[in-house]
Parts: sequence; structure tokens; C-alpha cells
Amino acid sequence: MMNAAILKSADTHPLTWRLDHLGSAPLDIKTYESLEGYTGLRKAITEMNPQAVQTLVKDANLRGRGGAGFPAGVKWSLVPMGENAPKQKYLICNADEMEPGTFKDRLLMEELPHQMIESMILVGYALQVSKAYIFLRGEYVVAAERLNRAIDEAKVAGYLSENILGSGWGMELHVHTGAGRYICGEETALINSLEGRRANPRAKPPFPQIAGLWGKPTVVNNVETLNNVPAIVVRGAEWFKGLSRGKSADSGTKLYGVSGRAKRTGVWELPIGTTGRELLYEYAGGMQDGLELMCWLPGGASTDFLLPQHLDLAMDFDTIAKAGSRMGTGLITVVDNKQNIVSVVRNLEQFFSRESCGWCTPCRDGLPWSVKLLQAIERGQGQAGDIEVLEEMTHFLGPGKTFCPHAPGAMEPLQSALKFFRSEFERGIMKTEIQNEEGLKAS
Amino acid sequence: MATIYVDNKPFEVDGADNLLRACLSLGLDVPYFCWHPALGSVGACRACAVKQYANADDKRGRLVMSCMTQSTDNTYISIDDGEAKAFRKSVLEWLMTNHPHDCPVCEEGGHCHLQDMTVMTGHNKRRYRFNKRTHQNQNLGPFINHEMNRCIACYRCVRYYNDYAGGNDLGVFGANNNLYFGRERDGVFDSEFSGNLIEVCPTGVFTDKTHSERYNRKWDMQFSPSVCQQCSVGCNTSPGERYGELRRIENRYHGEINHYFLCDRGRFGHGYVNRKDRPRQPFFRTSTTLNNTVLEILSADEAVSKIGSSLQVAISQERVIGIGSPRASLEANYALRDLVGAQNFYCGIGEAELKLIRQVLSIMQSTAARTPALREMEKADAVFVLGEDVTQTAPRIALALRQTVKTLAVDMAADLKIPDWQIAAVQCIGQREKSPLFIASFSATRLDDVAESTVNGAADDLARLGFAVAHAIDSDAPAVPGLSEEYLAAAQRIAQALLAAQKPLVVSGTGAASEAVLQAAANIAGALHKKGKTPALALCVPEVNSLGVAMLEADSADAGLRALVSDKADALIVVENDLFRRAPADLVSGAFSHVSTVVVIDHQSTATTERAMYILPAASFAEGDGTMVSMEGRAQRYFQLYNPEYYDPSSNIKESWRWLHALHTAIDHREVSWTQFDDITHECAEHVPALARIVEASPNASYRVKGLKIARAPRRYSGRTAMRANLSVHEPRASQDEDSALTFSMEGYGGPNEDASFVPFAWAPGWNSPQAWTKFQDEVGGHLRAGDAGVRLIEANTGSAGAYFVKIPAAFSADQDSWQAVPLHHIFGSDELSARAVATETMLEQPYVGLSPSDAEKLGVRDGVLVKVHNTGFNLSLAVRILSHLPSGLVGLPVGLTGMPYLPFHMPVKLNAGTST
Repeated sequence: MMNAAILKSADTHPLTWRLDHLGSAPLDIKTYESLEGYTGLRKAITEMNPQAVQTLVKDANLRGRGGAGFPAGVKWSLVPMGENAPKQKYLICNADEMEPGTFKDRLLMEELPHQMIESMILVGYALQVSKAYIFLRGEYVVAAERLNRAIDEAKVAGYLSENILGSGWGMELHVHTGAGRYICGEETALINSLEGRRANPRAKPPFPQIAGLWGKPTVVNNVETLNNVPAIVVRGAEWFKGLSRGKSADSGTKLYGVSGRAKRTGVWELPIGTTGRELLYEYAGGMQDGLELMCWLPGGASTDFLLPQHLDLAMDFDTIAKAGSRMGTGLITVVDNKQNIVSVVRNLEQFFSRESCGWCTPCRDGLPWSVKLLQAIERGQGQAGDIEVLEEMTHFLGPGKTFCPHAPGAMEPLQSALKFFRSEFERGIMKTEIQNEEGLKAS
Repeated sequence: MATIYVDNKPFEVDGADNLLRACLSLGLDVPYFCWHPALGSVGACRACAVKQYANADDKRGRLVMSCMTQSTDNTYISIDDGEAKAFRKSVLEWLMTNHPHDCPVCEEGGHCHLQDMTVMTGHNKRRYRFNKRTHQNQNLGPFINHEMNRCIACYRCVRYYNDYAGGNDLGVFGANNNLYFGRERDGVFDSEFSGNLIEVCPTGVFTDKTHSERYNRKWDMQFSPSVCQQCSVGCNTSPGERYGELRRIENRYHGEINHYFLCDRGRFGHGYVNRKDRPRQPFFRTSTTLNNTVLEILSADEAVSKIGSSLQVAISQERVIGIGSPRASLEANYALRDLVGAQNFYCGIGEAELKLIRQVLSIMQSTAARTPALREMEKADAVFVLGEDVTQTAPRIALALRQTVKTLAVDMAADLKIPDWQIAAVQCIGQREKSPLFIASFSATRLDDVAESTVNGAADDLARLGFAVAHAIDSDAPAVPGLSEEYLAAAQRIAQALLAAQKPLVVSGTGAASEAVLQAAANIAGALHKKGKTPALALCVPEVNSLGVAMLEADSADAGLRALVSDKADALIVVENDLFRRAPADLVSGAFSHVSTVVVIDHQSTATTERAMYILPAASFAEGDGTMVSMEGRAQRYFQLYNPEYYDPSSNIKESWRWLHALHTAIDHREVSWTQFDDITHECAEHVPALARIVEASPNASYRVKGLKIARAPRRYSGRTAMRANLSVHEPRASQDEDSALTFSMEGYGGPNEDASFVPFAWAPGWNSPQAWTKFQDEVGGHLRAGDAGVRLIEANTGSAGAYFVKIPAAFSADQDSWQAVPLHHIFGSDELSARAVATETMLEQPYVGLSPSDAEKLGVRDGVLVKVHNTGFNLSLAVRILSHLPSGLVGLPVGLTGMPYLPFHMPVKLNAGTST
């Protein structure tokens, strides 16, 4: 059981420990500085060179927390560094949190804006960028206000300038609010949107680290990923790996969460590799009274459903992948046994269909068709062949077939629902007269 | 060179290419939509999917988009793979979920790329049973229809219109499967190249509105390999006709000139061929007073006999003057020269203009710079446009120049190992970096948006800038005394850019009406050559055959008219020329009043045909063959599209040269000796040394492909005999084309399987749309397999560079109370023939006088106010148009508009504001 009396510490809960120590103090820079704020930045600038920071983060095995789990240090290593590197380089924080069921980045930015700022500047230093952007989901108006205020405070305090803490290096930091498209969470579509273009993704190569925003070297990282860096700089790679020792080969903590009809929904910072069972039953209090768990999404709408038997798996990238799903964002959505799984899937596919950018054919024209089929099945008006069309789509809208991972993500709940609950779908297919006759004969 | 394996067969390909283009070049069919040879690869439609294997042993493979995958050495793919085929079929199925069941009523049907790809992938059963999304359409003006329900969101239109052609009023709106490609609101497209949307769009979203009124299927039209007549670039076209009526103009691929694109003037300005008021019979004006004329219709024989006898004596005395035309073929002009004698033959170009064209010719013949073909221009990496507003005078060049500024981005991408066909990446890497393009012009041009910098000035000032550039490149070129600081700095910049380039290009022409400008351009090219560069020099001339006619070395229209006024002749023959457009009205009228017998051979009714005693109906490009020489010095032949007599037995339209030859032989009482087009072309080539090679422009009439002539119509052409049922139920023999190796029917050779060099229309089995051109090319986007049409007559004189021109004009200084009139050209309006097309009616420029803002203020006038513009010889009332970039002291007058008289330029004019006369 979660004990509200135990205070988190910087050693155990690098992302959220400060929340427990805020009390009624405002979220301003003074409060933050009093809670070890900006010490990571100071240490990096005064004691380490940019390359050393990158190496440290690589050694710490910090994997991206946006859903893909790509090692941050490896992503950064493609950025040209040194004397001959382009002067214009960009760091973008992907704060376009729109994955259904995900609300962890919101917590960090609304409640700990300075932690976000410090992380951006520190990573900006490591990459020697000239400008950084927080591409913030437009609906997060509270976060926008608080981040902008924090940036102003940081400038006054000298943490953001042309010469930060006497390093000789400086950068600008801007908050850019998005206009509401889910696809802006895809890093290249985000870059296009930031440039004022339509939010269609880009093909790679070139990789953003070589030619990204305005054709210049660009790194895009998730909010949670960046927020880990100051603590790694202060306490080291071994400490970071130790946070999850015994639970997972991945390092650090993870912001996990629960949504759906559980007793207590929310976000918790736990060692990476925590199991779904622990998360759901010890922290979220289990399912609401009278409901049982039918299936669950491990990390957002674009992950494959898992069954109750999978609850004992460690929630890390590789373990969940081996089970046929993805950890994704790590905030689980529980589906109770009173739900109609076809309706659940139809709802999710409606979201994905609406959010398609419209660039490539399978996603643009396939997803709406899948929605219409699911609606028909939901109403009991499905026809023979409909499920086969849906199955075909789960193959042809899969990875590599479409221009970006949006449609493959959309197919994950559909393919797993068909795998585990096919009979539910078959119930929605109308029987033909011949079938009815045979049915009568048999009975 | 690289070896790729396609379904286990090895092929040699270019290792830097993409697999789609490589496979198509090999003749292997792979479906595609969003890819286009001129627009690069974006990987959006997913139709070109093939299975790629890691190596020869990999049996599993994975699907990749062939347009986005490089054809590197040892690439293993399968086009035939089951999953790849099923996936491609699915792509069509997805596209069809929202596509309306329009084929029977859609104008694209029969030349529709979507139809072709649907058949190719085998999708033929509808599983989608739900509603389709629909859209409202926009009125896009007189040229293009809009039917958005048919859109398959391939994005080709916006990529062509915005990225390739530099437009910005066509966008994509919406998201997911509710996408809309259109303008912000109804209205005519801004870009002069909007017409190419019709061929770029693979479905029937954008179709040819000029064809809609008299629509018919592609397979039901007869085509010919033709050349656009509306400017001097010489783009190749495929006009299509039915029932003896020209229906539409389509692009005909030429690997050296226009490749896939035309301009709107050429594509839509053809309506003059179908005008009801065209002369189709010989006419004899029985009364010569203007107030009381009666036109008697003659038969062809009557006309020849009557005219022949009335000219008999005058011809024998060498007292017949012939005035030819730069919009008529070489054969027409030569036949006239042959009839009246070289000393009595005048080329029909205005005096001032002829001087300029002769200067162009002389420069082309002596310069060490190469005269580039249009497509070569696209690869230039530094361009200086001096004095020629190509966007209006030779618009297709403007489209080519827009490509030159992208050279830098391609190089930047190459440094990052990105090939040029990865167009999105190239654009991302290049951002706003452009290769240098400089423009020096009278006023703002529609190419300014891609220029690094622009300079505006009077003609003499522009020339001075040009001379200064040459001097900055090579100090042996004459210096310009008293040059302003601004011009000096500009000259340095331009010179540096040209010297730093691999492929510097100078573009100029007769459009500025200034010899000094031409000479300055020549000096720049010469200076670059002296400094070891390989410069290209492109000089524009006004009309389709301006250069060819100038090569006949005859005097101007003015000289001919003056000869008439001096009573040097008793008769005048005018061929395809409205003299009132060439010379001052009083000179023309004066000449007419000095001669009693006037014969005019033309296909249009003009102010000149109004003065004719005899009118003979000439063939337009659609009714006869002809050879023209483009500004590149390329002799090209256009082929007859249809025989008018087959559809209208009363028609007496004949080629001008046939009329002239008939007259000549009637007068000489001898048999006709030029029975075939090749006969006169050969004679012309024999007697005019500069034109000796025009016989190589095209194969002659005896050319055959496997013993067959080439069919003008597709195999499925229908109704050939039934269409005459209203005239007579007898089925006549199809018209026989004695002049060429083409037939006037569907009988004959068709398709790409032989290297036939003149292709009336692009079609191949399974490829009914313009995409079929792929089958006729040596490699996709390359050259036609049998060679691109035409023959260049003039090559660079690299042996000895000509001497520099040394006559530097003084700087322009504005007068106290007069202005210098400069010519302003207009794509719709300045060209005589296209302005007579119904389709361009609403697009025509209206007469105006352009003023600088400060001059307008000085005169106390604003936009739209009428002012009097006058000098000796003309007095016009014109509406003011304030041109923000026009230097003060100049007025801009539009060139060649119907309703404006002939105007000489750079002469002083007076302006009077206010309404008093």
C-alpha cells in the first residue's frame, strides 16, 4: 500500500521527489533552487564538457520515455559536435502528450516547471544547441503559463542567456504551443509543424540529428526522458542503473500510471520493471467493486492489449515487447469485464482515424474503413468478410508498410483484440439465411 | 553502374537512381501515383511497393517503396511477389473507397492514370459498402475544371504547383481523409503554368475546361506531332481533333525542350484555329472602296486562275512585292520568295524588330557561348536575366529558370549523401538557400520572387549594367564610364556569381527592344568564355519563326511598304501577316492605297485581310505541315492534324506554300513541281545555306515503321466513316497524307515498340494517360528513344570568340515633360493568335499606361484614371496603372494588345492628365 507518510527523496525518486517537499511554497525558482534546483546544470557546466555529459547519459542507459524506448545517448551521438559542427543546432522537447491514457508529462510540466527548464538547458549544453523549443500540447494551458513564467525567472537568474554560467555557451528557450494534432507527437511531424508547415511526418534519412528543424541538426526528446538528466549528472550512471536493480535490465525509474475503472487512477514514480500487478493492485487499489479485469493496454492506445495473466511481467521495454505488445508510455488503461471490447476498439480506431494526417494511403483511407466496419459489427450489422478485411488491415497497415508509425500503432489494439476476443467480433456479424437454416437444423 | 536483381533476373542500372525509376526505365511495370519524373519521390501513395530481400538467400524479405529506395549494387527485389501484389492491390482498393463511380461521365476516362493503375493491380471488386466523402468544387477560371470528389490525395498537384512551378495559391486543406486541394477561394490560378495540373493530376480532379464544351474521349481523337506556335521556344505539342475541329492541346514530350510541361498560353491559346470567322474559301472583293465591299466566293481553280492572270504581267516585270511573316512556316515564306523573287521578298517583321532579331542571329552565329536547349538551362547554377521578361515573352523559359535556383539545394543534399530524387529531404536541407539568379528589367517581373536581387531601369541603363558585368568579368571588355554606385555594386555581384558558377547562363532577347541590351549580353558571354568558363547564352525572339525568317535574309515589312509607297510595285502578296501590327498605321494604309492588287493568304481575318482584293484561306498549324526555327536555332517540323476537306468538302483551306506554288506554276504555265511537302523543304534547304539542315528536322514522307506509316489516331478510334453520314452515306477513302509518313486514321503503326521518332500521341498497352511517355523514352525523364525532334542549325563558335561590342549607351536621363515608352509584354494579349482564342478572352490584358508612383503623383493621377498618351502618329487614351518598380521618367506600354496600334518603343511620349482632348 502506498504510504502517504513516507517522503520521497532525491536518491529514490529523481523525477517527483520535490513534489513531496513543496508544501505550500510556490513553484518559483527560489523554491526549486532550495530543493537542489539547477545543481545538475551547474555541475555539468563547471565540471564537465559537453561530450562527457553525453557519455554519462549513454552509460546510464537512459531509454526514451516517449514510447519508443530508444537510448537517448545513442540518439545524441549522431549530432555533429566540435569546431566544424553547424552553429545552429536545436533541441526540442516533445511535450505534445496526446497518447490516450497518458498524462505523466503534464504532471511534470505543471508541477515542476523549473525541473523541465533545467533539463532542457543541461541537455542543450550537452549538445551545444543554439535554440531549444518545448513543443507543448496546446490544451495544456496551465503548463504553458507556468513554463513561460519559469523561463522568465530562469533568464533573470542567468540560467538562460548568451553565456550561461560563464561557460561561453548560451541558448534560447521557447515554449511553442501546438494546435491539437496527435500526429505532432511524431518527431518529424512535430518538426514540420514547428516550421509552420502541415504536420506530415518526414522520411528518414536524413535523420533529424543531421537535418531536422530548418534543415539543421536537431534532437527531439520526450519530457520525462529529459527530466532524468539532471539527476544522472548529479548522482551518476551507476546510481541510475541501481534504481531498477533486480527488476529490469533497463535503468532508472519510470512514471507509471493507471486509467480506466480502477479504484484510484493516477501517476506514480516507480523503479522501471515494476509489474503491472503491483501497479494496479498496490498503487491503484485494484478494479472498482463489482468489476473484474478483462484486458489492459500497457502504455497508451497504440499498444497491444494484454490479458490478466500478463500482469506479472516486468513493465519494461523488452519484456513487454516479448509478450507481443509495447510498454509505450507505461501508463496502463484497464478494461473491465462489463465493457464491450468491440466498442472499446471502435472508440480507439475512431481516434486514430481522425488523427491521421492524411499523407499516406493505407492510414488515410484504411483507418476510416476500419471504423465503419467496427461500427457495423458493434451494431450487429457486420457482414461476412468484415473481420477478414480488418485482419488484412492489421497486416497491411503494419510497420514498414505505411509512411510513419501512426497506422501501425492504430492496428495494435485491433490486432490484439481480434487475437484474444475474436468471438466477440463474430457475434456482431449478421447471420445469413442459409446460416440461420443450418443453425436451426443443428439445434 | 550497378546490378540489381528483379525477380531473379539481373539488370544493369544507374546505382544512384531509385528503384521505381530504374524499373520503369527497364520497361518493367510498377504502379505509382505520387511519384513523377519531374517531381521526385515522396513515398506517400504506397502504390509502388515491391519486396526487397537482404541478399540472394533471404527468402522472406520486406515490403519497401521502390520510389524511395536506391537502386544500389546487389539490390534484390521482387515485383511479382504475392504480398507485394496484394498490397498494391489494396492501395487501389483504399483509394477506391471514396472515389466516385464517375468513369462514364468523367473527362479523364480514357487517359486516366488511376484507371490504368487499377487495371494493372487487378483490383476489380468493391468490398467497401459505406458512404463516400464528397466535396464542393471551385470555379478556377476559363482553363481548368475542378472535381474534388475524384481526388486520391496523391499530392502531385501541390507539389507541382508550389514546389516545381513556384505558385502559392493552390493548397491542401484539412486532414485525415477529408483533404481538399484547391484555392483559398474560387478564382483563376495565378501561375502561368497552371495548365500542367491537367496532366499532372492522375485522376479527373483537374481537367481541361477548353475541351469540355466539345468533349470527346482520347481514343476518339486524331493527333499529330506538332510544335506550339505561341512563342519562340518551340515546345512540342500533341493537338487532338475530332470532326475537323481542334479539341485540345496536350504536352508532347521533348527531352531537350519542354519535357513534361507547357505554359498556359500554348496549352489554351489554340482557339483561333476554330474561329467561325476564319476564311475557309477564296474571296474576291469586287469593290475596293472600304464602304462598299462585296466578297465573292471563288473556287480554288477560279482563284488561282484569276489571281494568276492578274499578276501575270507584274510578275514578269518583277513588280510584285511579297511580304512574308514570322508566324508562317519557312516553306510559306520561301514559296513567296520563290514567286516574287528574292529582291522583292520582305520577311514581314517590323523594321525595328528585325534589326534586333538580326543582331540576335549574328550574335548566335559568332559567339563562343553555347545556345542552350531549354532543358539544359535548368541545370545552370548562376543566371543573369538581362532585359527580357521571359515570364511573359517566352513563359516556358521562366519555368526552367525556376529550376535553376534549386541547384544549390541539390548540391547541399549531395554533400549529405542524399540523392536529388529524395525531393523532400533536398528541400529540407536546402531550406531557403538558392543558386543565384539576377534579373535586370524595366519593372517588376513574376520571376522576381526567386531572384537574389533585381535591378530596374531604362533600356540603356540595363545595357550599361550588362556591359559593366562583362567588364567586371574581363577587364578587356569595355568599361562603362559614369556608372552609378548602385549599378557598380550590382555588376560586381553578378559578375562574381557568374564566375563562380560551373554552368553560368545569360538570358536576354528582343523583348527590351534594345540592341545595346543584346550586345551587352553577348559581351558577358564572351567575357565568361575568355575567362575559361563554359557559358550559355539564350536570346529570346518574339515569334515562333522569327529566327527562321530572319535567316532568309530579307528586308523588313517597313521596307516593303515603303517600296509600295514609292510605286515600285503593282501588286502585293501578304502571307499570314497583319501589317498593321508591324508598322505605323499611316505607312501601312499609305502602302495599300498605292497598290491595286492585294492578295492576302491567311488563316485569320485581320485588318490586313480587310484591305485585300483576294483572300486565300491558309492552313493553320492544324491543317498543314511546316518547318519553324526556334530561338534555340532548332528547326522543327509540325505535322498536319487533320484534312479539313474530309469533314467539310466545301473547305478550300490549303497551306500557304501550296497556294503560292499553284499561283507560280499557273503564271509560268507549267506543271506543279512541288507536290509534296518534302519537295519545297528540300528546295528551301538547297537555296538558303543557313537552312541547309532543315531537311534533317524530321524523317521525310517515305519513312515507314515495319512497312507501316504512323497512325495519327489510336486503334480504338471510332466513327471514321459514320461521322460523315450527315454529308453523304457514301464512305470515301480516308484522306491520304502525301506530305508525311503519318496516316489520317487509326490504320498504321502505333505504340512505343519501335523507335519511331515523331509520336503523335503517347499510348502503350495498359498506359492510356500521359504517363505512357515513359515507354517512349530511353530512360524515364530522359530522351525519346529515337532522339528528340528537330535539328540545331547554329552551334557555338568556340574557335574564335567574337570581338566585344564597344558602343556603350549613355545613361538614361528623364526629360522634363516627356517620358520614354518601354515595352511591357503580357502572356495573354501580346501574342496575336492566342489573343484570338475564346478561352483567353477573360484573361487578356486591357490597354493601360504604366507609371511610376512618383510620376503618378507628379501628374496627380491614380490607378484607373484615363490619361492621353501621344506622339506623332498616335494619340491614345489609356488607363493609368501604377507600377511600383518602374523607374520614374519611363512609361510602360503593353505590347501587341488588340485595340492598341503599332507602337515604336523608347521614343518620347507626352502625357496629359485630365479629360480634355
